[in-house]
Amino acid sequence: MGPLMQSPMTPWPYRIQKIIRETHDTFSLDVAPKDGSAPVTFQPGQFNMLYAFGVGEVPISISGPKPGSQGMIHTIRDVGTVTHALHRLKKDQIVGLRGPFGSAWPIEESKGQDIIIMAGGIGLAPLRSALYALLEQRDQFGEIVLLYGARKPEDLLFTKEFEVWRGKYGVQVKLTVDTADREWHGNVGVVNTLVQRATFDPMNTVAMICGPEVMMRFAVLELKRREVPEEQIFMTMERNMKCAVGFCGHCQFGPVFICKDGPVFRYDRVKQFFGVREI
Amino acid sequence: MKSLESILAHHPFFEGLEAEYLALITGCASNVRFEAGQFIYRQDEEANMFYIIREGKVALEVCPPGKQPITVQTVSDGEILGWAWLVPPYHWQFDAQAVELTRAIVLDGRCLRTKCGEDHTLGYELLSRLLPVIGQTMEATRLQLLDIYGNND
Repeated sequence: MGPLMQSPMTPWPYRIQKIIRETHDTFSLDVAPKDGSAPVTFQPGQFNMLYAFGVGEVPISISGPKPGSQGMIHTIRDVGTVTHALHRLKKDQIVGLRGPFGSAWPIEESKGQDIIIMAGGIGLAPLRSALYALLEQRDQFGEIVLLYGARKPEDLLFTKEFEVWRGKYGVQVKLTVDTADREWHGNVGVVNTLVQRATFDPMNTVAMICGPEVMMRFAVLELKRREVPEEQIFMTMERNMKCAVGFCGHCQFGPVFICKDGPVFRYDRVKQFFGVREI
Repeated sequence: MKSLESILAHHPFFEGLEAEYLALITGCASNVRFEAGQFIYRQDEEANMFYIIREGKVALEVCPPGKQPITVQTVSDGEILGWAWLVPPYHWQFDAQAVELTRAIVLDGRCLRTKCGEDHTLGYELLSRLLPVIGQTMEATRLQLLDIYGNND
């Protein structure tokens, strides 16, 4: 029985084939099925439940690999008990994996449009797989803009790839950090301030946003100031997930479940619940 | 080569401003250039200017005693640098240093302050343009204060 045949509640053993240290607290696990079968296919924006045996399970976005490469990359920030246990694992050790789950970024639907990818902190992880998909068919899109903010320069993810995206694919890569010393010659300020510095045709633009919810709220505000239509703004929502298949209700967000109906939502479909304190 | 008046007329900050006022403001404006590393103004100095950055990048810095300077904001192409010229006691609260070669238009804030005092319509026009800049800076500052990428996000 392969990964696709099993119950969605049963973790499948995956072997860690590579560990990538991204920043001081963030790492990536590149995993493949332990039995040597092909990894399940995924769409950019989807997530897996990763199980650190004996500790617990967490939802982790799929951040790669590049098209044509093997394995599945999960970029994880070491912030809690389970992610800390995952951080302690070594190459060739086994994790449990369920998934992929959830909705995807609208890559096909965005053909012919300009694209804004807007990420804060570890929010670049699920957007990197979207970026890979966009760049694989670069000529199908107009401007591609990456606006990315982090706390400090040393917290920026995937920095080695920025020059490739800029130079080889003509992506407008604009970075900012919340605070920096003089070693940093880039922008300082919150990520939404980058919107006004980007070149794109607002009416013909699809925006994909991922980051802390507060950041996304202001990102939407800034995009609307530039007159990007609400129905062309997509974002990933995050809530405490347990089952990942809409059984348990932990991730209910108004009338939807983040795990099953999301995590990628079109803004105009969730805006009435977005930023509501009680939800 | 574009004239100063033409550059100012096409800048979003002055969009829709009456020609008479634009001519008056142009009279208070000149081109400036700052090399990378050059200070544009220093904390506590009198704030009698403001700048429209044409090209380049400027860091607003604060320097805690005994520590390295911390950049709290950068201002770049097309953006406005400085609003302390309009608010008493007219002193800069941060250091402004060019991060890279920066070309800007400098406006004489003291001259504009006087003219705003004489002509309140001009004062209203300038304030109504400057308030969104201040508001957006405050909004961004609040977000920075939240430290949304920290461990408690």
